[in-house]
Amino acid sequence: MISARGLRKSFGDFEAVKGIDVEVRKGEAFGFLGPNGAGKSSTMRMIASVSPVSGGELRILGMDPATDGPAIRGRLGVCPQEDTLDNELNVFDNLYIYGRYFGIDRATCRERAQELLEFAQITEKAKAKVEDLSGGMKRRLTIARSLINNPDLLLLDEPTTGLDPQARHVLWDQLFRLKQAGVTLVITTHYMDEAEQLCDRLVVMDKGRIAAEGSPRELIDAHSTREVAELRFGVGEHEALAEKIEDLGERVEVLPDRLLVYSDHGEDVVTAVLDRGLHPIATLVRRSTLEDVFLRLTGRSLAD
Amino acid sequence: MATETGADTSPTTRPLRPTGSLSAWEGMARQYDYWLTVLKRTWRGGVVSSFLTPLLYVVAMGVLLGGFIEGDPDRLEGATSYLAFVVPGLVASHAMTIAVSESTYPVMGAIKWHRTFYAQLATPLAVRDLVNAFVGFVMFRVASACAVFMLVIAPFGVFTTWWGPILAWLSQVLVGFAFATLVFAYSARLKSEEGFGLLFRLGVIPLTLFSGAFFPISNLGPVLEWIARLTPLWHGVSLSRMFCVGQVDWSLVALHVVVLVTLTVVGWFLAVRNLDRRLEV
Repeated sequence: MISARGLRKSFGDFEAVKGIDVEVRKGEAFGFLGPNGAGKSSTMRMIASVSPVSGGELRILGMDPATDGPAIRGRLGVCPQEDTLDNELNVFDNLYIYGRYFGIDRATCRERAQELLEFAQITEKAKAKVEDLSGGMKRRLTIARSLINNPDLLLLDEPTTGLDPQARHVLWDQLFRLKQAGVTLVITTHYMDEAEQLCDRLVVMDKGRIAAEGSPRELIDAHSTREVAELRFGVGEHEALAEKIEDLGERVEVLPDRLLVYSDHGEDVVTAVLDRGLHPIATLVRRSTLEDVFLRLTGRSLAD
Repeated sequence: MATETGADTSPTTRPLRPTGSLSAWEGMARQYDYWLTVLKRTWRGGVVSSFLTPLLYVVAMGVLLGGFIEGDPDRLEGATSYLAFVVPGLVASHAMTIAVSESTYPVMGAIKWHRTFYAQLATPLAVRDLVNAFVGFVMFRVASACAVFMLVIAPFGVFTTWWGPILAWLSQVLVGFAFATLVFAYSARLKSEEGFGLLFRLGVIPLTLFSGAFFPISNLGPVLEWIARLTPLWHGVSLSRMFCVGQVDWSLVALHVVVLVTLTVVGWFLAVRNLDRRLEV
């Protein structure tokens, strides 16, 4: 569905994407993860065929965005990061008018808009102004709008940013249903739980490059241990104590309020710590998550 | 393709019409329903600004003020009354005003406030199609407002032939085209709306006053007269007046038409280029 080789994007002297290779297969849910400024959105805009490629090769649905942009866009659904709904149109018209841009005839457009209102659970809001919708409803309407042309490939840029947990779960359910229906999904997010929930495969981007690639499970196996023991001592003690337990795990990370010991057997770490006469205020053993991988690969310092 | 052009693939070097794109007609037709909803929403305000305001001008300037002015054809570019002199100029500058106001805030709105252009670009539509439909809508406003204006004014007996007003109307449409495309190009580059105040104060108002709509530009003196001849509105005013008054110098008509068409074409290319650059963030 998507094939990128050495894909680059630069704005003047600034290189946002520094040569990435990506392969997205039909029917999968593929994720781009990365901190702000990692080049995710630039990559998405190139895939959406609205931003010209600066270098490398990109093929979307077997076509070249430089020459077949309109044909590609006709088969894509795009759910942008910032809402681009038309506030001056009502909910139904937002879907209907958008469908017309794809050259869908009026009757089909109306029918399809009605179906999508149901899918997005906003049928009763059909005549409402967009302004009057809640954040979750707007997002659902944006996703509904991106489906008006029955896309083969759906691009979702930070689909659940700013939504409450209920709204996020409703959206995830809907995206899951789309995936079941055979739509290929490409998602950017910086919510790790979202990536674990939705993505079959993902890449972690950092500073315009791909830092790692694989399924969430593979990434955890490759870049973290099975478990993590979190040890909380008194404030200011963590740095000194870290040296004493260094050998207990594959890696020890010092945070201001706790130590993270990466090991395949977390409980054994805790036992060993106590055996050495150290007494943490609190301990917690948990499984490694994608977040551990993410922070390992992209660092803890802020990008912007 | 992308590898061949490499890092040089800037928006300007991209072909304006890639092979996979829609025909110009199809690109506009797909936006018809959208612009119809815009029209339904805004026509009431348009009636006031497009029809009522200019009529007040005609009454105040043409009839009441014009009553003090001697109708000497030698001094009024062939018109036998001040009303007959001022009406073709008023309609032409009215065409400019509508074209400018419809291509300023609405363009910025579609880029910055409503982000309509971004949404539209995620579909098979291209930048070129957005410009075409937008300008098409502006021109519908200009053409309909000028047509109504000309029809309303007809009973006042200011036209000398039946075909003159029709050609004058086409001239006014041409004025609209030139300003709509040029101002669209300007607005597409503008980051904040303050630039519009400048455009109205330093562009629209001086042009309205000094492009020969209200008095013959020969009254300006030789230097200013030549400056006035360089303004696009003067070409439109002169064209519109020649047809209305019925004293047509066809070589001058050709010059005016060439100027206005050239401005439209240049404006269109700039509009497409500027919008393309602006939207490719």
